[in-house]
Amino acid sequence: MPAPIRPVSITAHTATSALGRGLRAHLEALRARHSGLRANDFTAVALECAIGRVDGLEQAALPDEHALFECRNNRLAWLGIQQDDFLAQVRAAIARHGADRVALLAATSTSSIGATEEAYARLDGGRIAHDLRRPPVHTPHSLGIFLEQALGTRGPCLTTATACSSSAKIFAKAERMIRLGVVDAAVLVGVDSLCGSVLFGFNALELVAPQACRPFDVRRCGISIGEAAGFALLERDASPSAPQLIGWGESSDAHHMSTPHPQGLGARLALQGALERAGLAADAVDYINLHGTATPKNDEVEAAVVADSFAARTRASSSKGWTGHTLGAAGILEAVICLIALQHGFVPGTLNCEQPDPLCGPQLALGNESADVRVALSNSFGFGGSNCTLAFARGARA
Amino acid sequence: MSALEVAIEGMGLWAPGWRDWTTARSGLLGEAEADAGVTRPSADLLPPAERRRAPMPVLLACDVASQACAHAGRALDSLPSVFVSTHGDLQITDYMCSTLAGAPRELSPIRFHNSVHNAPAGYWTIAAQCHQASTSISSWHCSLANALLEAAVQVLGEKSPVLLAAYDAQSTEILSAVSPSDCLFGVAMVIAAPRSGLPRLRLQPGMRAAAEPDAAPIPQSFQKLARENPMAAQAMPLLAALAAGVPSRMQLPSGAASGLQIEVLP
Repeated sequence: MPAPIRPVSITAHTATSALGRGLRAHLEALRARHSGLRANDFTAVALECAIGRVDGLEQAALPDEHALFECRNNRLAWLGIQQDDFLAQVRAAIARHGADRVALLAATSTSSIGATEEAYARLDGGRIAHDLRRPPVHTPHSLGIFLEQALGTRGPCLTTATACSSSAKIFAKAERMIRLGVVDAAVLVGVDSLCGSVLFGFNALELVAPQACRPFDVRRCGISIGEAAGFALLERDASPSAPQLIGWGESSDAHHMSTPHPQGLGARLALQGALERAGLAADAVDYINLHGTATPKNDEVEAAVVADSFAARTRASSSKGWTGHTLGAAGILEAVICLIALQHGFVPGTLNCEQPDPLCGPQLALGNESADVRVALSNSFGFGGSNCTLAFARGARA
Repeated sequence: MSALEVAIEGMGLWAPGWRDWTTARSGLLGEAEADAGVTRPSADLLPPAERRRAPMPVLLACDVASQACAHAGRALDSLPSVFVSTHGDLQITDYMCSTLAGAPRELSPIRFHNSVHNAPAGYWTIAAQCHQASTSISSWHCSLANALLEAAVQVLGEKSPVLLAAYDAQSTEILSAVSPSDCLFGVAMVIAAPRSGLPRLRLQPGMRAAAEPDAAPIPQSFQKLARENPMAAQAMPLLAALAAGVPSRMQLPSGAASGLQIEVLP
């Protein structure tokens, strides 16, 4: 059993998704129950589904000095990192700690494969056209290489790509590195952008809903894919009022590549790990942002885990009806939604869920609620049976 | 910070001509020749149907990971794991992008779920029936350094031995222009807290030193492998040092201007 960890401060955070740019846009859309999903207008070949698309990326070219990294995913990263003064706070942290004491932990599921797709769509004599023959955009680590150059961090720099748990797992990595003294701070970045691979890939698996996804509803029939960029700055011994990462748990289903363990074994192990590291019992949890993808199987398994594990007063919801499933960015986007819940005493409900599956316990919040949220969890589960649960709390003096 | 010190409990390796770490170590010492009959990793751990169908990075990673566990005497289901690759699965990237350019609705669902970077970790944890945490990372040409550091941080922070599997498979005609890799290579290590009788690594992350420290030379017979496979290029200095069994120092690039200093204490 893991020992409780010392909380790590989250001194800055932001997100950009179909709900808009930055924390205020997210809070307002959540409060107004205004979904960011729209009918698919992204793919050239028609595909009936809803998508969570970030407006304005087509006009948001990277600055000239970063032109080598030009692609949709890196544009989304660059747009997102400007919000809520995050970039300036990262630069201040680098100045405070020293560049070699700051890690850059990137996370994505598909990285900039959109650029590779484009290269194949317009091959030049069977070869990648000259303007796309840029090796750093055709690698899973594209996001990490780009932001390391743009930010100037000199600590460990790696990209975690464990499908839809990717950007949750970087919180665990950051806590371990800070605890062991490898770094004093870590910049956490999760970005995934719309591309043919995921839209047609999930469609091939028959996991895409024709309309906006309906998490935990009995009529749910699949996901809506979204894109997002989420960011967090974690620091040792920072401001006592900053929100904190207080626990994490990671596990493997060891069951199937694209179907969850039927009894949610991996999800239960991840939850247990997060609570043990937080030194908390389940009844101390006020809010859980669920993975809640709206696939029949995920929600069935996760509903049972929540109903079995938590007190009736714990509130639980999926925010996928607002943002879509943002895949490798989902972990950090939903961590940011947990931080919004902690800061504003606000529990977002489960948008588009009207007839909750009878498997759901009393924890499932359908409508938005006001609540004194002191401890919030976030669940993220990915292909390959990769699970991660994170635990957050308000700062000691918040 | 002080260096992170860990031990290597077990090793696994597969490359064309070299079926395991024992034979490769002999080769690195100039005591054995490559075996031309070794052309495909066996990955005996996987059920036969999956062994035929699984993508090459899955076969490579499962093969070397099982070797390392056996060498370490560790149960397959007992170890958290770190999987790392420079490029991921380029054959599947090529398939996905070709299909999307022509007939996107015909994309294969199985090849799509196999396209995730953590496919080798997924197949491994299923075959090993391992519920421990597993991560899959890439740092492009700095992959091995960051994976070693991540594994060492887990070993010392979580007080558990960790399986590290590093691999790259072959590129394709089109992708070679941006992501070259001409042959298969995989290496795995079970990394644990230091104890007597085991080779140790001292890892020190920091700014990259201008002068390369004196690492063990890579024998002629392995230089082609190091040129043709990006993970072999990253791993070969460390493997040569471990095979030689004499104390040495090296530096692996870990970022744009950073390096991981490695002291090998056999």
